Amino acid sequence: MEPASLTWVLVSAALVLFMTPGLAFFYGGMDRGRNVLNMLMMNLYCVLIIPVVWMVLGYSLSQGGSGNWIGNFDWFFLKDIGVLEDNGGQLATIAFLGMFAAITPALISGAVADRMKFSAWAIFVPVWSLLVYVPVFKWVYGGWLGDRGSLDFAGGTAIHVNAGIAALAAVLVLGKRKGWPQEGHPPHSMPLVMIGTGILWFGWFGFNAGSSLAASGQAAQAFMNTFLAAAAAGLVWVITEWLRDGKPTNLGAASGIVSGLVAITPAAGYVSGGAPLAIGGIAGLVCCYAVKLKSKAGYDDALDVVGVHLVGGLVGSLLIGFFANPEFFDGSFGEGLFYGGGAGLLGEQALANLAAMVWSFIITFGIMLVLKKTIGVRVSPQDEADGLDYSQHAESAYH
Amino acid sequence: MKLITAIIKPFKLDEVKEALKAAGVTGMTVSEVRGFGRQGGHSETYRGAEYKIDFVPKVRFEIVVDDNVVESVIASIKAAASTGKIGDGKIWVTSVDRLVRIRTGEEGSSAI
Amino acid sequence: MKLITAIIKPFKLDDVKDALKAIGVQGITVSEVRGFGRQGGHSETYRGAEYKIDFVPKVQLELVVDDEAVRTAVDAIKAAASTGKIGDGKIWITSVDRIVRIRTGEEGADAI
Repeated sequence: MEPASLTWVLVSAALVLFMTPGLAFFYGGMDRGRNVLNMLMMNLYCVLIIPVVWMVLGYSLSQGGSGNWIGNFDWFFLKDIGVLEDNGGQLATIAFLGMFAAITPALISGAVADRMKFSAWAIFVPVWSLLVYVPVFKWVYGGWLGDRGSLDFAGGTAIHVNAGIAALAAVLVLGKRKGWPQEGHPPHSMPLVMIGTGILWFGWFGFNAGSSLAASGQAAQAFMNTFLAAAAAGLVWVITEWLRDGKPTNLGAASGIVSGLVAITPAAGYVSGGAPLAIGGIAGLVCCYAVKLKSKAGYDDALDVVGVHLVGGLVGSLLIGFFANPEFFDGSFGEGLFYGGGAGLLGEQALANLAAMVWSFIITFGIMLVLKKTIGVRVSPQDEADGLDYSQHAESAYH
Repeated sequence: MKLITAIIKPFKLDEVKEALKAAGVTGMTVSEVRGFGRQGGHSETYRGAEYKIDFVPKVRFEIVVDDNVVESVIASIKAAASTGKIGDGKIWVTSVDRLVRIRTGEEGSSAI
Repeated sequence: MKLITAIIKPFKLDDVKDALKAIGVQGITVSEVRGFGRQGGHSETYRGAEYKIDFVPKVQLELVVDDEAVRTAVDAIKAAASTGKIGDGKIWITSVDRIVRIRTGEEGADAI
């Protein structure tokens, strides 16, 4: 890897690491004041356990060898990965990808908020990472889905759709929070949510533009797309709720920004021009309605992981089928419908997301069921009432 | 007129509020307070050091009511706030000499 | 001696404090509380879901005064806290059996 690219990948890796505490604040502010530390800890735990899992086994199983479905043990404990050849490029890439591996299960924490036993979460995260994240990542990047021609620039399918559908499976096993939906669960600290949103947006430039794995024009376009899609989505969400509910809200703007970032993630290195505005705008509109699904369908996805990450990821991933423009990037990927490519790419996008969703849903449901039957996944009603900060961690956020 | 003051567990706030509304109480003031009774606080752990937190979070209700509804209001609070566990809280009643509604200047029962 | 308790709109705190100082009240305790009366709270919207917030922010003032100062103090609070709109708050008065200044041990009117 040449020095400029190496530098950019390392900086991007640090930016992506910062997203996990950003996500923690984003979720923590939306939580109740008596559960905020538990939320921060669920997220922080992901950057404690996943780097270990990734170094020992995850990277090798997701990127080793040339298999279609799963990697191998060639890089077990990062064996044989040197820094003399390639200027340390592979090591930088492993670190960068490790950050992605860490934030993906963290996304699920927003759905299970306020009621999951921390001990169950502690087991869920590494198991989910190896059984769900690793294989889906392999299928998309170097496995059968990628080989068929589906596109996922920075992790729309592999990360957001994957975590979003897993969140749905998890809450179906876990059950509803006490008092939901009749009792309101409004955010306890909107300023915390806004700090988290800012950190997420900042870090997302590394997430998307770093995914070129090069200091290149494609990275610059991915950066611009990340900038524009988030703005467009935030704008559209705010306008939509202003017309629909009467007021423009901070949480609407923050949620719109995140939905736009999610949607542009799979497309960031494949689209240009006005496409990020369209992708972000559509995501803002669709997600603004999608977060209402949970009360209609009756699943308690506490902080809208399904409505924002699953739906936003699907919107962005499918829109690649319309907006992908290989000519602009001098790239060797399929053309979207608007660039004369026919429906082939759209079909591959649909298939890739369907495959990821089926696997992720079934395996996540299974992991949660096993945890439920063994150590239990849910805190006692008394602990839930007292708050998870005290019952799970013996701490309290506000004295 | 009486002032009913109740100290309850914070998570019982909504239940007590609904019980009071159901009992016909039209106004109330709550504050976040800290206190302990027989349960004597709890322990929190920071960097391995255990801290005894004597004052645990509680919610205080204050309601001014007519004398003739005091018993039923106390019964409502008791029923809604009770978990049967230590730390459920207390209710006390004091006499109110005078009550004024600020906006209209009404006094006495009509100001409740 | 009487304890005057007033629940007012938070933005009226400075006006009420100044009015009380102007009539010679030397000490006031305030706390941030939440409450509702006839105005019955308000609604907030998060991600399109409307939440009824019954308890809206209020400020509680507590002051102990001599019996003869009660009327002027109540009048001062009423005049300063009133906006004429619903939700202006309430004032109630309870009897104080004993008061002690902690530093000097003075009791009664001297301790006010």
